[in-house]
Amino acid sequence: MILDLDAFIEKERPFWDELRALLKRQGDQPNRRMSIDEAQRFQYLYQRASSDLVKIKTFAGDVEIKNYLENLVARAYSQLHEESDRIARFSPLRWFFSTFPQTFRRHWKAFAVSFGTFLVGAGFGAGMLVNDYELKADFIPGQFGHLSGKPSERVEKEERHEFDYFQSRQTFSASLMANNIRVSYMAMVMGITYGVGTVILLFFNGTMIGAIAFDYIADGQIVFLLGWLLPHGSIELPAIFIGGQAGVVLGRAMFGWGTDLRLRQRLKLIRPDLLTLVAGASLMMVWAGIVESFLSQYHRPQLYSWKILLGSIELIALIMFLYLGGRKKWRKGRDK
Amino acid sequence: MALGKTTELKIQTPEGVEFSLPLAGPVTRCAAWAFDLAMVVVLFQIISTVLQVLAIISGDMAMALSIGLQFVVMIGYGIFFEWLWKGQTIGKRIMKLQVIDERGMTLKLNQIVLRNLFRVVDSLPVFYLVGGLSCLLSSRAQRLGDLAAGTLVVRRKEIAEPELDELLGDEVNSFREFPRLEAQLRQRVSAEEVRLAVDAVLRRNELESKSRLSVYKEIADFFRDKVEFPEEVTHGLSDEQYVRNVVATLFERKMKI
Repeated sequence: MILDLDAFIEKERPFWDELRALLKRQGDQPNRRMSIDEAQRFQYLYQRASSDLVKIKTFAGDVEIKNYLENLVARAYSQLHEESDRIARFSPLRWFFSTFPQTFRRHWKAFAVSFGTFLVGAGFGAGMLVNDYELKADFIPGQFGHLSGKPSERVEKEERHEFDYFQSRQTFSASLMANNIRVSYMAMVMGITYGVGTVILLFFNGTMIGAIAFDYIADGQIVFLLGWLLPHGSIELPAIFIGGQAGVVLGRAMFGWGTDLRLRQRLKLIRPDLLTLVAGASLMMVWAGIVESFLSQYHRPQLYSWKILLGSIELIALIMFLYLGGRKKWRKGRDK
Repeated sequence: MALGKTTELKIQTPEGVEFSLPLAGPVTRCAAWAFDLAMVVVLFQIISTVLQVLAIISGDMAMALSIGLQFVVMIGYGIFFEWLWKGQTIGKRIMKLQVIDERGMTLKLNQIVLRNLFRVVDSLPVFYLVGGLSCLLSSRAQRLGDLAAGTLVVRRKEIAEPELDELLGDEVNSFREFPRLEAQLRQRVSAEEVRLAVDAVLRRNELESKSRLSVYKEIADFFRDKVEFPEEVTHGLSDEQYVRNVVATLFERKMKI
């Protein structure tokens, strides 16, 4: 019991001041690492302040000191229990070449769901057009007006059209990147609806691509289609699937299948992975945006084979990257 | 960790210490968002002004940069400031709000990024309707982004430093003659009870004269039950003066924080 509060404060205040000074120093330099001695001292001071707070709360009704100590203890608590996020050095290269593909592989089933949903959507889109070609206008949004006509007519027009490298290419590229990055993280974010939003988004994108692909193939324009879509699509579509993969991971965490963890804990566990997948997909979208703007729209028949080859190489490289990136064996071989 | 009546988050540390943080409601958060929106509009304006100069050289590049930068500002504004100021944007600073980890720990970058990416859903269909509803329905006033990121928005707790000196005036606190009884009073009164007395003194002019008498009587009786001061001190002391003496006793030693 504290009989003499003044004496108590006088005795304890140096410890509080020391803790406050340590907190201030850590706040000013968040990346600074404490030495073992400092950390031990910090923990001691935190425990001492905690115990003082309990005493004050139990035996004295002093609001100011209680608030002051609560504030001190809350700050020390968060400092002491923080996971080494700020301290650990982030290496962008290691993240991209190791963490990203590792994360992708860890959630490969979610990727399969994402890709599968898209394929079902594509099949649906194509199937509906087989059934009733008049539905084409319903599957291809108004913003893609150039796709509304007959594919062979567009191909003929595009092949005659002089490609201008400079006319609005950069603007086109920037809007593609912004739009596609938005789509990929939208696919992730919609996972909060227990995955329903993600599935709808992937299915919808699938129906659109399926309808377009069917339209061109049925009109005998498969080479044009591949030359047009492969250079950027080989990166852009997988990026959307990866965004969807993150959405499926989030949706699964919302349901909590196969785990006893509570929702908060489940979300906490997947958070870094969600971010890694979305950030990786966004970087892929930047590349896809550049290719789509500066190469994909360049329609010259003599270039089709090169464009298809480039698109195929990109796709194979992407698959290898996602399959091998960050694997121990492969990394060892590379280090040698 | 336990929940209060949706208005505060109580955190209990492994050391058995409990502290509480007041949660921010949708209205204050909306006001903070309005300030942030204004800031984003200002940034857009600055970008477009600067790029008008670039447009003289290349209109295409200026347009591309404008689209790119606007996208970066839209996504990055909240992330940048919440990371820089540990959970605060300009709007949140003005409204004295702060984003914190739901367990009271330091915010991690992935939490900040996620809660900001989720704005696309929370802002649906218009004016953050989804986020606002989620905030109202959630027991901890979380929008979907907060739920996914494991964050909460709290009101920054001001350390109470009531302007009591002026109110209490220079009148002599007769309780001071009995420091031992004063010490007992401090020990037996809880923080909430002190708050009650302080509020009564601070808001005395807001009370009608009749209710003022009855409120002070009730509070004074309550403190009389806690510690009994000798007759020589309390004789002729009105209920109101009694309460003021109690408050003066509890705040007599002001600590500079």
